[in-house]
Amino acid sequence: MRSPSKLGRTNEATGQIVTIERDSPPRVLFSGEDLLVEDLPVGTKVIYPRPPVEGLPNVKSAIRWALNHPEGCDPLHAQLRPGMKVTIAVDDISLPLPPMRTPDVRQLVLEIVLELLADSGVDDVHLVVAIALHRRMTEAEIRRMVGPKVFEAFWPDRLYNHDAEDPDGLSLLGTTDHGEKVILNRRAAESDLVVYVNLNLVPMDGGHKSLGTGLTSYEGVKAHHEPHTIRKSWSYMDPPRSALHHSVDRIGRLVDEHVNVFHVETTINNRMFDGPLDFLMKREEDFVEMDRLKLEGMRAALRNLPRAAKRKMFQAVPAAYDVIAVHAGRTEPAHRRILEKSYQQYLVDVDFQADVLVYGIPYISPYNVNSILNPLLVQVMACGYFFNFYRGKPLVKQGGTLIVTHPCSDEFDPEHHPSYIEFFHRLLPETRDAVVLERKYEREFAENPAYVHMYRTGHAYHGAHPFFMWYWGENGRQHLGRIIAVGADNEHVPRLMGWESAGTLSEAIDMARSTHGRGAQIAMLHHPPIVMTQNPG
Amino acid sequence: MAEAGKGAFFDVDGTLVRTNIVHAFAWYAMNQGSIFGTAWHTARTLASVPLFWASDKVNRKAFNELFYGYYKGQSEDRLLVLAEELFEESLRPAIYPGAPRLLDEARRAGCRIVLCTGALDFTMRPLARHFGADDLIANRMHFVDGVATGRVVPPIVEGAHKALAIRDYCLREGLALDRSHAFSDSFSDYPMLAVVGHPTAVNPDLRLRNVARAYEWPIIHTTQG
Repeated sequence: MRSPSKLGRTNEATGQIVTIERDSPPRVLFSGEDLLVEDLPVGTKVIYPRPPVEGLPNVKSAIRWALNHPEGCDPLHAQLRPGMKVTIAVDDISLPLPPMRTPDVRQLVLEIVLELLADSGVDDVHLVVAIALHRRMTEAEIRRMVGPKVFEAFWPDRLYNHDAEDPDGLSLLGTTDHGEKVILNRRAAESDLVVYVNLNLVPMDGGHKSLGTGLTSYEGVKAHHEPHTIRKSWSYMDPPRSALHHSVDRIGRLVDEHVNVFHVETTINNRMFDGPLDFLMKREEDFVEMDRLKLEGMRAALRNLPRAAKRKMFQAVPAAYDVIAVHAGRTEPAHRRILEKSYQQYLVDVDFQADVLVYGIPYISPYNVNSILNPLLVQVMACGYFFNFYRGKPLVKQGGTLIVTHPCSDEFDPEHHPSYIEFFHRLLPETRDAVVLERKYEREFAENPAYVHMYRTGHAYHGAHPFFMWYWGENGRQHLGRIIAVGADNEHVPRLMGWESAGTLSEAIDMARSTHGRGAQIAMLHHPPIVMTQNPG
Repeated sequence: MAEAGKGAFFDVDGTLVRTNIVHAFAWYAMNQGSIFGTAWHTARTLASVPLFWASDKVNRKAFNELFYGYYKGQSEDRLLVLAEELFEESLRPAIYPGAPRLLDEARRAGCRIVLCTGALDFTMRPLARHFGADDLIANRMHFVDGVATGRVVPPIVEGAHKALAIRDYCLREGLALDRSHAFSDSFSDYPMLAVVGHPTAVNPDLRLRNVARAYEWPIIHTTQG
């Protein structure tokens, strides 16, 4: 007869939660561009991503079906008339992560939509990359995203990045009943029809956030990217409980009163790794000899490479995502359909809250594609994105300890993140209080002519962006008691962020146990690929 | 208490316009009335270019003193007329495509726009007017009876004196130095950049690029629109 623990393991073999036993294999964690292999204490609950949802067998036909059977409005072809002015907005390079293999789903949607427009005699068409306050995408990045055919036909006069600082390129549509200014790209605001081509990576994306945030100005983003709204967002992945999304929805509804928006939403599964990295999609219990060989080979290669080379290597590997849903039509109903599919991919039910939560921070975030994950972005991943990967109750208790693995190197990209450098080294030594930072310094950075110039003519994030990054971690910081960085290569970066340092994971767990006791419940989120927990309580 | 204002101080040569004062001078020298006069000045100027270049690399102050000596004997009204022509012929086409946008961004940020240059004030006035600058800090030629003496009213605006001039200007105009911005392309303007709260290297030379990287100053380019 099998013992209860063996029976438990049989159940866990098909579930997404594995409890660490005495003879369990060590776990693989990302630590920037490195892979750590660490033993976790017995009793630790490791939460794994769901297996990838099966992709659509024919994405092009799914796109056509969605355009012809939209949610809450007439099909796209029925809304077109010759001579009308159309603007197509597309999500930028921050989605998905890592970038997907070509053809990008945006290319597929654009090719079909543009053909439809041409067939209907619509010639006045502009394609705008909805970068909001992100960096401008390079020519090569845009070409890769939209495909050579669209690129050759539209670049650069009718295919370009949105400019949130163009004094003549923005339009004030009005103010919501909560006082939020609704500012939109002028070309879009003056169009007869705006088609938004979106790619949802996580449930936070899409919906009204696409247009109302992607094509607005600093003032427009500021309406909800501020500390008080962030503190009331539980979590970003659960829009009904997110004050950020409430604000975004108010703005989007006002946009809908002025602009005819046809939303094309798509979402993908979580097949982030394949080929030589496919072992990262497996739980360690399921590793076969070949997986262990791949892991060791990868670690040996990473050990001997400089960091820049490791970064290049990882960023050169696009993800093998499959498109799992396409819906179109009015923003809200189309988005609802996409969210259902997204949750189906990511949510894992849990019935506990841990005292100590462990996760590795990988090499990438939405804001450093083809660049460096600088300390501020490490913070965003730890306290912002990963902490917010829950619905219902957070995976870690109020006052709990978060342990993250990352070298936290004091390294910034001066071309992409110039204002981050000043924020990190000039402001954080003075205060970490998001409200004080916002009041004293945000506008100074936002209006700094050098940063504005770099945003508009180079490839820099907007001067205010580091502030939004700091606010983004605000609900995590408010909730957590301690944050411990494992393997930091310096003392000052964790300290400036208000974190503690530990040399090894076991040392960090001992430190956490000194707060929560020997019986502390430890949990680990085993990502990437993305996993989110659902605990309705 | 109301917050003090802020300024944006721009070097000109290499920062906002492509030319430099050597070119401006050469243009002047070649507009000397008679054919022989023009030929003589042109030959003299061309012969002096290596000397200008060498002295500029070694010591900007010595360069300026040497350089302005060539204005000796020229009448003030003629120089003013030539300055307008200099702007139209030489300076306006040399404005970097990104310069007007940068100035506009500084203006939108609420900065008072001040050009701060080692060139002579009368040569820069049409450019300052064109850019809509609020003020101009530049060298002033010494005139006696309407004729240039070839000497510049001291102190010569260059290097450390640019920083002093900016500091005095802020004091006089009630601007906060620590809230102000400075933009330059050259390492010789390090003092001017260091004296304000927000220095920016623009199209920097190698030495300034290294300094900007070390001090984590933004590096921008006006050479593209």
